[in-house]
Amino acid sequence: MTFSTKANALWEYANPKKFLATTERVLPFFWASAAACLAVGLIWGFFFTPDDYRQGATVKIIYLHVPAALLAINAWFMMLLTSLIWLIRRHHVSALAARAAAPVGVVMTLIALATGAIWGQPMWGTWWAWDPRLTSFLILFLFYLGYIALWEAIENPDTAADLTSVLCLVGSVFAILSRYAVNFWNQGLHQGASVMRIEAVTGGDTQEKVSNVFFYPLLVCIVGFVLLFVALVLYRTGTEIRARRIRALLARERVGA
Amino acid sequence: MMPELGKYADTVLSAYVASIALLGLLVVVSLWRGRRVRAEMKEIEERAARNG
Repeated sequence: MTFSTKANALWEYANPKKFLATTERVLPFFWASAAACLAVGLIWGFFFTPDDYRQGATVKIIYLHVPAALLAINAWFMMLLTSLIWLIRRHHVSALAARAAAPVGVVMTLIALATGAIWGQPMWGTWWAWDPRLTSFLILFLFYLGYIALWEAIENPDTAADLTSVLCLVGSVFAILSRYAVNFWNQGLHQGASVMRIEAVTGGDTQEKVSNVFFYPLLVCIVGFVLLFVALVLYRTGTEIRARRIRALLARERVGA
Repeated sequence: MMPELGKYADTVLSAYVASIALLGLLVVVSLWRGRRVRAEMKEIEERAARNG
């Protein structure tokens, strides 16, 4: 099968019936593997890793803070991708997938902000600082809320999908800033990337990074969070597809009455 | 079995409780709404089939 044939096969999932049938089959796998990875990763990290020599037991917050922050940003990029598909190809499932992902993204952003504040208090001596990364994350959180509110505020679903897609494009600037703020402005309290860095992979890394004793359970937690995100988005997209069908059926009933 | 968290016990535990509560709430609300919408769609489809 050539690449273009495979890419064309992907568009079959734009058919709501095909999407629902496929997700019904794969969802049990995603729920179960997410639960297993989260249980293993969090138990390993919480109970079986040592304290950090500088941060003490607070290092255990890393198993929640880093995966949540990672998904807060990447959920927005997923929404950007599906919004672009909606704007270009007008596939309803992609617009509904973006809508379904937003509440998941907002919870991930809230967890990242809350755990960051809780962690920051003993380490930095403050719950909050107008640091580039913290501030861009707060703006991303507000963009999520605005995105959800816009979907709720507009009655026509196609118009809502159009306007929220444009909002998603604008908000992507802050999603990028949230990821790279510490690189753009080399200031503030938040440390630079210490888990996933290009230099760590290419071998040119001389900076301090997370020790393997913390990294392996963290990796399991990240996989668990990603699987949970996929499970939630697939399930919630199915719900949005059904809600759209209900609106169509009720409209048909009203016309027939 | 509980690890020794020392003076940071409140900090670490509050981060875990807040995060797990938020994730749990997200999952429960998603499943609850999903089931409600699924039941509503089934009911409307059955009504539409009955009415032809």
